[in-house]
Amino acid sequence: MKETTFYHHDVLSMLDFRREDLELLFNYTEEMHKYTNTKLSLLLGKVVSLAFFEPSTRTRLSFEVAAKRLGADVISITGEESLSISKGESLADTIRMLDTYSDLIVIRHRYEGAARYAAEIAEHPVINAGDGKQHHPTQAMIDLYTIKKLFGTIDGLSYGVLGDLRYGRASTSFIYGLTLFKPKKLYLISPESLRVREEVLQVLKERGIVFEEKRSLGEVIGELDVLYVIRIQKERIPDPMEYEKVRGSYKVTLDLLKYAKKELRILHPLPKVDEIDERIDNTPYAAYFIQAKYGVSVRMALLALVLGAEP
Amino acid sequence: MSEEPTLVVSKIRSGTVIDHIPAGKALDIISVLGIAGKEGLRIAILMNVESKKLGKKDIIKIEGRRLSPEDVSAIALIAPTATINIIEDFAVVEKYKVMVPNIVMDVLVCPNPTCISNKKGEAIRTRFRLTSRDPLKLQCEYCGTIISGDEVVRLVIRKR
Repeated sequence: MKETTFYHHDVLSMLDFRREDLELLFNYTEEMHKYTNTKLSLLLGKVVSLAFFEPSTRTRLSFEVAAKRLGADVISITGEESLSISKGESLADTIRMLDTYSDLIVIRHRYEGAARYAAEIAEHPVINAGDGKQHHPTQAMIDLYTIKKLFGTIDGLSYGVLGDLRYGRASTSFIYGLTLFKPKKLYLISPESLRVREEVLQVLKERGIVFEEKRSLGEVIGELDVLYVIRIQKERIPDPMEYEKVRGSYKVTLDLLKYAKKELRILHPLPKVDEIDERIDNTPYAAYFIQAKYGVSVRMALLALVLGAEP
Repeated sequence: MSEEPTLVVSKIRSGTVIDHIPAGKALDIISVLGIAGKEGLRIAILMNVESKKLGKKDIIKIEGRRLSPEDVSAIALIAPTATINIIEDFAVVEKYKVMVPNIVMDVLVCPNPTCISNKKGEAIRTRFRLTSRDPLKLQCEYCGTIISGDEVVRLVIRKR
C-alpha cells in the first residue's frame, strides 16, 4: 500500500502518473463507492487543509465531503480569508502555516505553478485543485473514471475535446490523462484563438497520440465516442475584446447530435454556461451529471492513497 | 583568445575574458552581468572585430571579476558560441566554451504574467528546463510555457 506512487506524494499534474497508478486509483474508487453514505475512520486524527484562493463550489465541497467521509478534520481558506491574505501575506507564508496545522493541503490558485510552488514549500503532500489555466488533475481522474465506467475501457475510443482549449485547465488535464492510455483518435475542436497551447501539442507528439485540430464539431461528430466540452474561461482571457470575439462561438445542439453515434457520451467538468443545449441534459448522451456524482468517491480514493489508508 | 594585430588593448592581470561573442551581443552581456561602469572595474569591450571562426565577433575583458554559474548560463543563452577565459597573473589558467545547462535557474524571467514565478512578494527562483539545444527551446518548470529563439534573449534577466 505504502509503495504506491501516491503515498505521501504531491498530485500536481497528470503527467506525473502512469496508467497503472490510475488503474489502482479506479480500484480504490470502486471500494469507496460502498462508503459514500457512511462515515469511515480511515483518516481519523488527520487534518486536511483546503486552500481555495479562487472561487470553487463543486471541487471544494467534494474534497470536503470526501475528507469528512474518511474521518479527517477539515480546515479551509475560502473567499474572505483568501482576500485578506491577498492584501499582504505571501502564498509561501500561508502554505507554511497550513503545513504546520495539517497533514495534506489541497490548493486552488489563479497563478499557474502555484501548486508546484506550494509543494516545494510544504513538507506534507499537496494536491492541485486547479492552478490557473494549467492543471486540474483530480478532475481528469474523475473524467477518466467516468469513461471507464461508461464504456468499460478508456483505450480504443475516439475522443473530441471541444471548447476553450487554450485557457481550460480541465481540458488540458483531460488531454494529458488520455496520453496515459491508448485513444484511437483525439480531435481538438476550438475556435482558432482558443487552440491548445504549444506545450500540450508537444506532449501529444512526444507520446505518439493520433490527434487532429479542428474548427467545428460538425466535421467530426459522427466519429466520436466521447465528447468532452468546456466553457469559455472568461476570467482567464486577458483582453475583453478577445472574449467578445469568441463568445458563443461553439455549441452542442440537438441538431448536431442527429449525426452522432447512439453510443456517444458527452462529458463536461461543470459549471456549464451555454455551450450545451439544455435539452440535451435529459438525453442518454449527457453523462456530465454522472461524472459530477463520481467526484466524491474518486477524491476519497485519492486522499486515502496519498495518506496511506487502506479501504 | 586570438588578439588581432591592429587592436591595442592591454592584457589584464586577473579576471575574465569572454571571447567569441557573436558580433553585436557584447552590450547585452554587459547588461545581464549587471555592469554599469561605476563599479571601478577595468573593462574593455571590443565590438565587430575580425574573427576566423565567426567572421566578426565581440570580446569583453573584465579585470577583477569572476563569473557565477548564473552569469555563465545567461551568457550561453545570449551568446552560445562564447568562450570564457579565466586569467591569473596575465596567463589563461582556465578556458571553456559556455553551455546552456539542462536546468536554468534564476536567469530567465517567465513571459507568462500569471506564472507563479511572476507573483509579487514571493521568494521564488525562476526555473526553466532545456527541452531542445538546437533550435534553442526551454520550458518554465512552474507554468509549462515554452520559450524559443530570440524570445529567450529578451527574457534573460538584466541586472542593470
